[in-house]
Amino acid sequence: MSIKLLQGNQAVVEGAIAAGVKFYGGYPITPSTEIAEQLAARLPQVGGKFMQTEDELAGIGAVIGASMGGKKAMTATSGPGFSLKQELLGLACTAEIPIVVVDVQRVGPATGQPTSPAQGEVMMTRWGTHGDHWVIVVSPVSVPECFWLTIRAVNLAEKYRVPVIILMDEVVGHMREKIELPDDYSTIETVDRKRPDCAPEDYLAYGTKGDDLVPPMADFGSGYRWHVTGLIHDETGFPKGTPDATLQSLNRLHDKIYKNLDDIVTFENYKTDDADYVIVSFGGAARTAYDTVDMARKEGLKVGLFRAITLWPFPEKQVQELASRVQGILVHELNYGQYVLEVERVVAGKCPVWLYGKYDNSSAAPKQLLDELKKHLGR
Amino acid sequence: MGMEQLLEKYFRPGRLPHIWCPGCGHGIITGAIVKAVDKLGLSKDEVAVISGIGCSSRASGYLDFNTANTLHGRALPIASGLKMANPKLKVIVPSGDGDAAAIGGNHLIHAARRNIDLTLIVYNNSIYGMTGGQYSPLTPKGSKATTAPYLTIEPAFNLLDLAKAAGATFVARSTTFHVQNMVDVIAKAIEHKGFSIVECVTGCPTNFGRQNKIGSAPKMIEWQRDHGVMIGAWNRMDDETRAKALADGKFPIGVLYENNDVQEYTEAYDELIKRAQGGK
Amino acid sequence: MRHNFRFAGTGGQGLITAAIILAEAAIEDNKEAVQSQSYGPEARGGSSKADCIISDDKIWFNRVVCPDVLLAMSQEAANKYTADCDENTVVITDSLFVKDLPGKHKERYDLPITHTAVNECGKTLFANIVALGAIVALTHCVSDESIVNAVLGRVPKGTEEANKKALKAGMDLVRNYKK
Repeated sequence: MSIKLLQGNQAVVEGAIAAGVKFYGGYPITPSTEIAEQLAARLPQVGGKFMQTEDELAGIGAVIGASMGGKKAMTATSGPGFSLKQELLGLACTAEIPIVVVDVQRVGPATGQPTSPAQGEVMMTRWGTHGDHWVIVVSPVSVPECFWLTIRAVNLAEKYRVPVIILMDEVVGHMREKIELPDDYSTIETVDRKRPDCAPEDYLAYGTKGDDLVPPMADFGSGYRWHVTGLIHDETGFPKGTPDATLQSLNRLHDKIYKNLDDIVTFENYKTDDADYVIVSFGGAARTAYDTVDMARKEGLKVGLFRAITLWPFPEKQVQELASRVQGILVHELNYGQYVLEVERVVAGKCPVWLYGKYDNSSAAPKQLLDELKKHLGR
Repeated sequence: MGMEQLLEKYFRPGRLPHIWCPGCGHGIITGAIVKAVDKLGLSKDEVAVISGIGCSSRASGYLDFNTANTLHGRALPIASGLKMANPKLKVIVPSGDGDAAAIGGNHLIHAARRNIDLTLIVYNNSIYGMTGGQYSPLTPKGSKATTAPYLTIEPAFNLLDLAKAAGATFVARSTTFHVQNMVDVIAKAIEHKGFSIVECVTGCPTNFGRQNKIGSAPKMIEWQRDHGVMIGAWNRMDDETRAKALADGKFPIGVLYENNDVQEYTEAYDELIKRAQGGK
Repeated sequence: MRHNFRFAGTGGQGLITAAIILAEAAIEDNKEAVQSQSYGPEARGGSSKADCIISDDKIWFNRVVCPDVLLAMSQEAANKYTADCDENTVVITDSLFVKDLPGKHKERYDLPITHTAVNECGKTLFANIVALGAIVALTHCVSDESIVNAVLGRVPKGTEEANKKALKAGMDLVRNYKK
């Protein structure tokens, strides 16, 4: 292990290298640019390739193409660029091309504020592209977590053949923090997509076996000739638009994620065991909440923090369990109120749900968050 | 190899008949691609066909290569990523005039600028066929289209001049009348190491011909015969004759430009990797 | 023990680098440290701000709300950031640039930081390292050994001796300071 002071964005870069990412395509955009700059240096050192594309669309497009060619591939962007990438994200969903997209959020809409903290892209990660679709979204709270969660994102993308979005914010992306980096990345557990082991003539590009809902994926050029399409398709991979085929296709895209929630959903409970009140938060906003919890406990208030690490799929079971035993949940996020909607849906009235949404381009100080909680408690 | 054997060898069983209208020239172009691949003796495993959206883009699904029918305008970036991942693949991009010159126009000029080894085949039927006859950036000025009921007022791109200016190192044109020529130039384009573009002039009797009262499919092919001039003959014209030919809507066909002195992008990247790893 | 530092001045004074070096020294001392800064046009010639927090315990909230030590390397920075200070804040000012010190603070060390950089090392660009020396001598937030190592780990080859000199000169400014 070597101990270093790294930016969150730098830790993402090291995580990508450790995970075996061999291709990056993207367009520079604040506050994610350091990821592109540093991968431009790091990737060729490990035999990988970096491409600065003409625009955001080409960035994710090239990443999809490289993944079809068998490489672990990634792009990074921020709000305006993430908006532009949405159609291609949908292609990766329906064609089941494993990719990782890092979105370091900024204040929006439009140009907004490029270098200020905000978390206004929570719902866009879930619903950004058109049509019913399912993705995995993870959100790191610290520089070390940027490293490990990037590895996990790449692994999940490979395992489930799905786009995985690393949803970051300026707080975590730009801050420098202590991180212990393994000296030898080859000791880190990585996942490679399943590849077909049948004879090429027997290969069904989207054929699955038994409970395993993720079809093996052949590299273009490996002797298994198959067809990628953004059209609704059947197990052959060719377009089929019947109601049955549509239903089957969409159901499997859903089920391959939602039947594996125990494997996919991660979270952290901080002092929730005996908590009367729980703060639900994620990413940079959660850094405030840890301190708020400790501050509250010094005042005799039993407060805990539930930190969603996997934002989508939503940690439904866990939040329901909390709601059944606490007296109130305060959602803290850096927006006008997005994740709170999902918390409210899941809690379904079992306990009060309050929101402290901060959208003034700065993160909340721990005392501000505590005051907000106390306001709801009438203290 | 006759067309029947070519069909059997290169087209996917069960994927035909194609969706193209009677009289559409897209089948001729797709056939020419297959003939060019066959002529070069390429294995099916080493060929990838990456298309966007539109009538032309459906070609990928019919062909028994590594294929993708992706998104409107985005075939070139996806093809670029694939080529970077596996430079051994011969990557062919069938595209329409809307796909390549409008929604994907930015990708075209940048793929050309990089000189990445892709072969872009533009099925130019001067119209948006799949959506029912709206004008494209290659629709001649003064044409009728469903979105130009009072005739188009926009001039058309000269797509090949554009690509050449952007850095394409192989530029060719053919028509669905000049089939043998088309096969030859596509084969040369695939062989060329660098970004190559072949504009294949084709007819859309359903959506361009009918609106513009050009007549039947054979009439459109006759028009190609009468307006496509082999590059040798074109170059032999004196200035006055060429100016008149241009004014009459004639155009040169064949290999219009080829430059083998520019380094190809993935090769340049391999050198970059050596530099990054401490080599020269 | 937790130290909240703010480095403020003008873009080009090397204040972000100084904050990073301080955080790196803290890590070498086995402490926790986080560092952040303001971005954008400010970093290109306008005002510049970098925060660094050093602590024996885990640091979560990473923004400095009220600095324990404010380094003000311009009058504008002094005006703007003393607003965040309270009666416990120690302010270090560069006597070349800062005349007035509005707002609350505990005490002011008015040090000839840039003068010293020029006189001792020949260039204004060593001012950030002089300032670092002053901060370390004042707070003892990191060990002398670590700050030297951290400085040497960040500065261009060939400038090591000049930087060591700058660091020591900064420490001496505080040690010899007469209020």
